[in-house]
Amino acid sequence: MSGIDYSEKIPNNVNLAGDRTLQRALEHWQPNFLQWWAEMGPDGSQDFDVYLRTAVSVEPSGWANFDHVKMPDYRWGVFMTPADGERRIRFGEHLGEPAWQDVPGEHRANLRRIIVTQGDTEPASVEQQRHLGLTCPSQYDLRNLFQVNVEEGRHLWAMVYLLHRHFGRDGREEAEALLGRRSGDTDNPRILGAFNERTPDWLAFFMFTYFTDRDGKFQLCALAESGFDPLARTTRFMLTEEAHHMFVGESGVSRIVQRTCAVMNELKTDDVAALRASGVIDLPTIQRYLNFHFAVTIDLFGADQSSNAATFYSAGLKGRFEEGKRDDDHRLQGATYLVQDIADGRVIEREAPMLNALNEVLRDDYIRDSIGGVNRWNRVIEKAGLPFRLAAPHKAFNRKIGTFAKARVSPDGRVIDEAEWARHEREWLPTSEDRAFVASLMGRVVAPGKFANWIAPPAIGINRQPVDFEYVRFN
Amino acid sequence: MSVPATAEGVLRQHLIDPEICIRCNTCEESCPIDAITHDARNYVVDPAICRTCNACIAPCPTGAIDNWRRVARASAYTLAQQFDWDVLPAQEAVAEADPEIPQDVARIAALASAGQGGASAPPWSAAHPYVNLHTPQHPAVATVSGNLRLTGEGASSDIRHIVLDFGSTAFPVLEGQTIGIVPPGTDAEGRPHHVRLYSIASPRDGERPRYNNVALTVKRVTEDHEGRPVRGIASNYLCDLEKSAPVNVVGPFGTSFLMPNHPGSSLLMICTGTGSAPMRAMTERRRRRIALDEGGKLMLFFGARAPEELPYFGPLLKLPAEFIDINFAFSRVAGQRKRYVQDLLRERGADVAARLRDENCFVYICGLKSMEEGVTRALRDICSGHDLDWDGLLPALRDGGRYHLETY
Repeated sequence: MSGIDYSEKIPNNVNLAGDRTLQRALEHWQPNFLQWWAEMGPDGSQDFDVYLRTAVSVEPSGWANFDHVKMPDYRWGVFMTPADGERRIRFGEHLGEPAWQDVPGEHRANLRRIIVTQGDTEPASVEQQRHLGLTCPSQYDLRNLFQVNVEEGRHLWAMVYLLHRHFGRDGREEAEALLGRRSGDTDNPRILGAFNERTPDWLAFFMFTYFTDRDGKFQLCALAESGFDPLARTTRFMLTEEAHHMFVGESGVSRIVQRTCAVMNELKTDDVAALRASGVIDLPTIQRYLNFHFAVTIDLFGADQSSNAATFYSAGLKGRFEEGKRDDDHRLQGATYLVQDIADGRVIEREAPMLNALNEVLRDDYIRDSIGGVNRWNRVIEKAGLPFRLAAPHKAFNRKIGTFAKARVSPDGRVIDEAEWARHEREWLPTSEDRAFVASLMGRVVAPGKFANWIAPPAIGINRQPVDFEYVRFN
Repeated sequence: MSVPATAEGVLRQHLIDPEICIRCNTCEESCPIDAITHDARNYVVDPAICRTCNACIAPCPTGAIDNWRRVARASAYTLAQQFDWDVLPAQEAVAEADPEIPQDVARIAALASAGQGGASAPPWSAAHPYVNLHTPQHPAVATVSGNLRLTGEGASSDIRHIVLDFGSTAFPVLEGQTIGIVPPGTDAEGRPHHVRLYSIASPRDGERPRYNNVALTVKRVTEDHEGRPVRGIASNYLCDLEKSAPVNVVGPFGTSFLMPNHPGSSLLMICTGTGSAPMRAMTERRRRRIALDEGGKLMLFFGARAPEELPYFGPLLKLPAEFIDINFAFSRVAGQRKRYVQDLLRERGADVAARLRDENCFVYICGLKSMEEGVTRALRDICSGHDLDWDGLLPALRDGGRYHLETY
């Protein structure tokens, strides 16, 4: 049964009504969630009618239903790709065995940790983005922000459902704690570093949704392989929503680049001061934001050598990206992988057991995927006939986690000393002046079809609506 | 008929715009038959596999998925070509007769406008109509959001006001346009039912303003023109629809029977029965704009057997006389003599003649085929009585987009 029942208090396609205890537990959690949303959700969005996508079934035809929805009345629910009953584990020691419908006792702690870590990122990003609505560059972008936010909220619901349904009292406590932590709070921060950074402006938001939500895609893809079938089916459906978030990021940055290039051609200059004076974001600043978000995000994949990653894989808890498309033995005992390290003052490659290097495997898959988008931004610059090119920095650049955390490495991959780092840091990472300048551009534009000066309109509207469609009714 | 072909040897090829696509893999994931694949550069659709089921369209977060090119089947873009693109190729000319308008629709449209000598020009200030966005092969699916009987309890006919909601599917319409309904199932020979056309009865911004919906005026057909009992397939299907039921809709159609939009333009509307649908749409459009005070007058001649058989009778009576000049003709009211619209036209001959002379007045006639002759004879008579030459006037009216006749 894949249809979603919206008449229930908690819309779901998991037959919540068939488990009264669980239903009551979630109904008890629901007001706390709504309270959290009121406190930490989008600032000042009360009573807006927003043209949002809501799932009405998890079939391709049903999960993209568009309509104006009153902001606090969005129906968050619990949706899963239907079980096929035949699914088998595709990797690790349990390769070929039927997927588990319940949590195996010996993996309980690890699975709970995986789910809590994933779940924690969802409300965190809503908290990080909560003030952006006040400085939106257009109605179209405001709508996209809200879509991202409500779906992050729904992803939290997805993880909380798993905690309540499969982890008893521990799970309920963890679900409460997910609403207790706060992004950037020194006493009770979110679990992962990138989710405690600020998202102060829309360039940062687009970089975040491009890079950091793409980390979400890779983590979800790895979890969609899980031997724990409810987790696999939940994340499978979350992936369909995650795609929109990456779209917001990729097209957002692309439109900023497009606008900057247009002004560069108009003024026939690449002079940063002249471009800033005409109110667009210069390409070097965009590159520095890119460097920052890239490095912060690849830290999210964890240490490059990790026995936990090996355990998660061998136990069948978390697979690799596109496990089914890889033609090795899917057990990886004895397999090796080339990892990077620092020796004799430079970055070198060496072989390591693949099982211990699985974080690195996922990180490298991620890097390949994210560079594709950077190249598409470059095509916008190329099309404008300009010589500048954006580039993803070396994976050792500005890392805070793993082998490279203690080294200073330039964006082009040279190991450098502290003095050289200090000389160039302002060229490589956003400075406080950069951030102040970008912040100075952030004025609110909400007339239908109007866009802030620093960003180009999108090529097409949402769901075939025109670009000047009334995506948000402010009432 | 093979699904993607819209004409012999011509393919409506499904393509993905590489400039907009973000390579998120959603389309590949949602394709039920693995017609979508990718390399490190592009996501592409295999024309040999794709059956245009459209399962990938709504899930795509970018809209990049919704691109189509008409190509000769033999020279469809190959996967290798698609992998190599940075931008989509432009639509190239494909040699073919206009295959887009379905045959059924073309046949009905030709019949409907035969009385005026074929389709005429639209008013110069008409809005640009969208046509044929949804075909019988790929109909839009609307949901019924209302189904209300318009005619009184004692009336001999069951005329209904049916509101269809298109949700998130694009279905832009103008007053005077028609949409096609495809009744489900097959006929006695096992063939799919023909498309039936209905004029929309709501203005362009929807029966419920700013929602994506249209209203239809549908009479349940229980007898044919000669009065023999016959059960109309489409009308009975529509009249019996429950709220929330899905309906396959094609169209919109019609590029001629459109209303003028310029300030000061007037409408002369002559209709019977459900021929009132486009008149109701135009009147409602103007009513919603009363406050703009754009000038121009509306004059309506409306015929039915009796008041209780007249759709929209009640709401019409509430409209102010300075906004619309309404003339009802009833042919079967006990104790009264039979009056038809042509009788009323003659009675108001001076006013009608003035409107025919007025460059800013546009004439619309819609109803049963049988009214056509009586109405044109009345117009001819009015002309001869008021120093006008109908035979000279008619071509000028038609060429100027001022005379629109649709009968069935």
